[in-house]
Amino acid sequence: MKIDRRLFDKLATYPHAIVSWTDDDGYPLQTPALFEVDAGRGELVLAASGIALPVESEVNVTVSHIRPQPGTGYDQRRYIELWGRLQARGGARILAPARAWGWDEKETPFFEYSERSNEQARKYLAQVSAEQGRQVKPRLSRFWTFLLATRLPFLTATIVPVLLGIAVAAKHDHFNWWLALLTLIGGAAIHIGLNVANDVFDTLSGADAANVNPTQFSGGSRVVQRGLVTLRQMGALCLGAYAVGIAIGLFLVVYRGSLPLLIVGVIGVLLSVFYTAPPLKLVHRGLGEVTTALGFGPIMVVGAYLVQTKQWSAEPFVASIPVAILIALILYLNEIPDRRSDALVGKRTLPVRWSADIVTKAFLVAALAAFAAIAVSAVSGVIPLPTLLALLALPLVFQIYRGIREQYGAPYELMATLGKNVQLHAMVGVLLLVGYGISIAAAHL
Amino acid sequence: MREMPKLVDELLQRALVCELAVIGADGRLVVHPLIPLWDGERVYMTSSILFSRKLEHIKRDGRVSLSITDPVATGGLTARCSIQGDARVVEDDPHETWEQVLPLWRAKEPAIDQFLGKRFALPLFFERSIIEVTPRRVYWWDDGDPSKPPRTATLAAAEAAR
Repeated sequence: MKIDRRLFDKLATYPHAIVSWTDDDGYPLQTPALFEVDAGRGELVLAASGIALPVESEVNVTVSHIRPQPGTGYDQRRYIELWGRLQARGGARILAPARAWGWDEKETPFFEYSERSNEQARKYLAQVSAEQGRQVKPRLSRFWTFLLATRLPFLTATIVPVLLGIAVAAKHDHFNWWLALLTLIGGAAIHIGLNVANDVFDTLSGADAANVNPTQFSGGSRVVQRGLVTLRQMGALCLGAYAVGIAIGLFLVVYRGSLPLLIVGVIGVLLSVFYTAPPLKLVHRGLGEVTTALGFGPIMVVGAYLVQTKQWSAEPFVASIPVAILIALILYLNEIPDRRSDALVGKRTLPVRWSADIVTKAFLVAALAAFAAIAVSAVSGVIPLPTLLALLALPLVFQIYRGIREQYGAPYELMATLGKNVQLHAMVGVLLLVGYGISIAAAHL
Repeated sequence: MREMPKLVDELLQRALVCELAVIGADGRLVVHPLIPLWDGERVYMTSSILFSRKLEHIKRDGRVSLSITDPVATGGLTARCSIQGDARVVEDDPHETWEQVLPLWRAKEPAIDQFLGKRFALPLFFERSIIEVTPRRVYWWDDGDPSKPPRTATLAAAEAAR
């Protein structure tokens, strides 16, 4: 086996090695040893050792480094193992390694290294189960398992547009609190159904398994890959969530006697199901952003408005535009770390189709368009003037833009930027709601 | 027969990392850097099920060696040692059995409690097994110079275990 020459450059950075071999009793025996690297010959020259190194025997030579961080732990973990037969040359002992393996957390971040080892964990637990005669599974509290499986923190994507639709209705003197609460619960249930369906179909397509760089914003919930929940359980959770959401939706349609609400609701459910489900698999066709924008923008805002008012109006649609763009941008940026694994399974998202430069610039254009929509519709009087408060979130756009530009290829470093992008959507949503609140309060003074 | 030499005892207490050599399936040695935890009688290490090949090897053949050789990881101690021993895997419940050695782990890596608090983020990392090593024979270099013959000792614990 040919050992990569670059490996010898790395070996030369370690101050000493540990030579291990099997002694006469069959136990591993280890000694530290100083060494020099002869990269030209592809050899390690080991200095004389107080314990005689075995000639013509198979040995393992390991170099290892760690940097202690007093009071906390350590970092800079890296090590290399070499295997081969030791040869004598003069007084020196020479190793021309036949095999090598190693890990450097700078090259393969610990989270990726762990993710690549999921299969080994699964295999090992199966062995332990067989040894112990009972099923041994990884565990997490029900609370955390549910939170992870449903990706509950992302429900802000539903809460913002539903509240916005209710706020627009309230400005038009329509507000019923329990209908508002039901709308929120129904929307959240459909959103959970969508999240879980996304995991189910990404597991079936192999997209989640192929992703070795999941972050808290991308790569799915990982509960199936980590053996915390079975695919069958996820399927049941998905169906249950959709059943609750659809039941609430149907109740609202019947109670309000609103055909437009039925139309909006049906479109919303279909978009959410076919986001990842065959045969449409909209996200695989580069339509994920448009689907998300429609579903978490006009559908939710106009739907919540219809529940309260039973009337069409242009205002909730206009108010939904910035929210729709910003929610689509959450998906859009979250697809950046997933782009390699998505490409492997034919999930042709926009970051798979486009270059880093185009993806980055398109973010800036779209985000600025969201703010332009707020400014134009507020100044023209379609939405209340106080909603201009949402422009306070504008500096975040430029921070996110810089973050993408600088960390595009580094999934874990990009996480802070992805987090800011989620904040951008929530912040604009809250400021739009504050703007509506001010407008409603002013009208009643 | 004797107790653990004082210098090696100190190395075990201070070392943030050791290199554990186990016998692989094909008879070749495989070496893993791990945190050694020492209770004065046995050396404990823990391994996540994510990186569990070493556990498979130990179950097949419990003869192991561990070495402490890096002054950077021992707070500047220049002495070095290798310890041969007999290992067994303790994993009645990989979710929590390993927490028996958490106090020893916490003493060396205080940040472990922070990581444990975020167990949900990397749940499989905290499904772990304990590797318990009963020391058998010790080699140590007082001044850390590996070109000199090491001092050696066979330990009482190993004898008693026979």
